[in-house]
Amino acid sequence: MRQGETFGIIGESGSGKTTVGRAIVCLIRPTAGSIRHYGEDPFALSAKVLRRHRRSYQIIFQDPNAALDPRMTILQSVREPLDVAGIGTRRERQRKALEALDHVAMGAEMAARYPHEISGGQKQRANIARALVLEPQLIVCDEVVAALDVSIQAEMLNLFADLQRDFNLTYVFISHDLRVVAHISDRVAVMYFGKIVELGPATALMNAPLHPYTKALLSAEPEPVPAHLRNRERIVLQGEVPSPLDPPTGCRFHTRCPLAQPLCSQSEPAWRELAPGRFVACHFAETPN
Amino acid sequence: MLSRAGTGKTTPMSVAAGKVSDSEKQVSTSALLDVRDLSVSFRDDAGWVQMLNNVAFTVKRGETLGIVGESGCGKSLTALSVMGLLPKRGCRRTGAIVFDGRDLAALGESGMRQIRGRQIGMVFQEPMSALDPVFTVGDQIAETVRTHFPVSQREAKERAVEALASVRIAGPANCATQYPMSLSGGMRQRVMIAMALVCEPKLLIADEPTTALDVTIQAQIMELLLELGQRTGTALLFITHNLGLIAESCERMIAMYAGEVVEDGPVESILQRPLHPYTAGLLESLPGRRAPKSRLSSIPGRVPSAREMPVGCRFGPRCNYAAAACQEPQRLRAVDDRHVRCVRASDLALAGAGV
Repeated sequence: MRQGETFGIIGESGSGKTTVGRAIVCLIRPTAGSIRHYGEDPFALSAKVLRRHRRSYQIIFQDPNAALDPRMTILQSVREPLDVAGIGTRRERQRKALEALDHVAMGAEMAARYPHEISGGQKQRANIARALVLEPQLIVCDEVVAALDVSIQAEMLNLFADLQRDFNLTYVFISHDLRVVAHISDRVAVMYFGKIVELGPATALMNAPLHPYTKALLSAEPEPVPAHLRNRERIVLQGEVPSPLDPPTGCRFHTRCPLAQPLCSQSEPAWRELAPGRFVACHFAETPN
Repeated sequence: MLSRAGTGKTTPMSVAAGKVSDSEKQVSTSALLDVRDLSVSFRDDAGWVQMLNNVAFTVKRGETLGIVGESGCGKSLTALSVMGLLPKRGCRRTGAIVFDGRDLAALGESGMRQIRGRQIGMVFQEPMSALDPVFTVGDQIAETVRTHFPVSQREAKERAVEALASVRIAGPANCATQYPMSLSGGMRQRVMIAMALVCEPKLLIADEPTTALDVTIQAQIMELLLELGQRTGTALLFITHNLGLIAESCERMIAMYAGEVVEDGPVESILQRPLHPYTAGLLESLPGRRAPKSRLSSIPGRVPSAREMPVGCRFGPRCNYAAAACQEPQRLRAVDDRHVRCVRASDLALAGAGV
C-alpha cells in the first residue's frame, strides 16, 4: 500500500478481509509472513514501543454501537485515546477532541450527548473522530458504511474523501459492497477463502476483471438501472464457500468456478502480473473467454 | 419439484380452498391484496405517535411488488400489519387490508391463524431468529404442513423433504434431520423459503430476505424466489433497501418515506424517470453512478422523527424543489402510470438511473 492511497479489499464473509485489516493494525500477529510499516516489522518492536507505534495505525469498525461505550459522552469517547496515550494536559486533550469532532461536522452540542441519543450515522462520525484524534497515517475502515442507509452512506463517503485530502491519510477500505469500494479506491484487492485472487487499479479491475471469481462477484451485484441498460451477463455461482477445515486442493475457487478444468484441482495457480499493476492467480487468466 | 409433487397431493385441499373462497362472495377485483388507508400508531410514555400514515397499495395475483425505503420508513411495519403481527397493546391500526376479498383487519386472531402461513407466507431477514434452535428443520416444516393440512405425520415429513428439494438443497432428506445451527446462512434462508412455500400461499412477503447474505448467495436466493414464485403463481411482496434488487426482480415498486407511500409505479419507468424528489434522491446517492472518486450526491438533512413530522410534505424540509404548495399536506395523486405524493410531480424533470 502506498502513502495517501485508498486500498480497497472486497470479498465475501469468511474470505479473510477483516483478518487482513486487523493484522495491518497489529491486532493479530501473523502466523507466517510479515507486515511492514515503512519497511519495519511492528511485531519485532518491544511491547512499549509497539504501543506508541500503533497510534499511527487506526481501525474503524462496522458497528458504531458496539464501538462506543454507552456510559461515556461522545466527547469522552473521542478523548479517551488521548487520555490513554497521556498526550498533553487535560485541557489540550479536550480541545483536540473537540477539533476532531469538528472535522467530522459534529458540534459541541453533539459532543455532550450519549451514544443512545444520536443516530447511527452520527455515531459513525464519532468513531471516525476517535480514530483521527491520534493523528494516524493509516486508517483501516472495516465495513464502515455497511450499517448506514444509502443517503447517509453517500455523505459518509464524501467525508472520508475530504479527511483523506486534509490529513494525507492512507485508507484500507474493507467492504463487501463492490460499488462502494470501486467508488472510493485507487487499487482493489479481491479476496476469496483466505487469499487475494486479483489485485489491480480500481477502474481497470471493475471494467475488465481477470479472475472468474471477480467476474462472478461483479455480475452478482444487482444494478439499479432500467433493464435495457443492464448488459452484464449474470453468472450465478453454485454452492457455497468451502469449509476452512477441509480446504479444496489446487485452486481454492475450483469447486465453484464455472470455468474449472482438471488442472485447477491439481495445482495452485501462480500469482503473477498479467499487465502492469494487474495481478491475478488463475491458470486461465491469459485465455480470453 | 414442489409444484409437481405438491399438485398431486394437494389437489383435494386446493379444491376445498377454492370452494371456500367462492362461497364467500368475493369482491371481483384482480387485486390479491388491497391495502387501503392503513395507519398505525404506537403509544409510549409521551402519548400516541403515528408510524404509518394512510399507506395504500395493491398487489395483483402473481405479481412481484417491491417496497423500498430507508430504515424507519415503515416498510417492515406495513408487512407486519398485513400479517396481523402488530402488538395487541399500545398499538392502534385503522384502514382496511383486503386479502382475496376478505378484510384481514376485521378478522380475529383465530381467523388470521388460518391465513398466516397458509395463504400468506413470510420470509424474514434473519433466518436464525425465525427458526427454532431445538427442533430439526424437517420437523419445523412438517409442523407448518400439519397446522394447515389434515395429513399424517409421515406425509408431512415427506412433504418437508420435497419442499427442501424444491429450494435446491442437495441431500434434502439429510438436511431435514439437521438443526438450524449446523446450516450456513444461505441454507437457513433456503429452509425459510421452503417453509414459507410448502403450503403454496397466494402471497409471499419477503422482508429483506437476502440482506444478511453474501452477494453470490444473494443471487442464488433471488433466482430461487423468483423462479418458485413464477412456478406456483405466488405473488411476491418484496421489502428491501436495495434498489438494485428491486430493479432486477420486481415489476412494480413502491417508495416509502417517513411512514408514507411517496411513489408507486412500474419499476422500469420509475428508474428511468422518477417523479418524486425522494425517489430521485435515493437513485442519485448510489455510488457507481458517478465517476470514481468524485463527490457523491446525498439528500441533505435527516428523516424527521415521528413526533415532529412536518405539517406539509414530509420530505419538504429536505427537498431541493420545495415550493409554497409543499407547505400543505400532500396526497397521493395519479400522474401518468403512477401514484406520487408530490404536488410538483408533473412539472419537475428529475434524473433517473443510468443517464
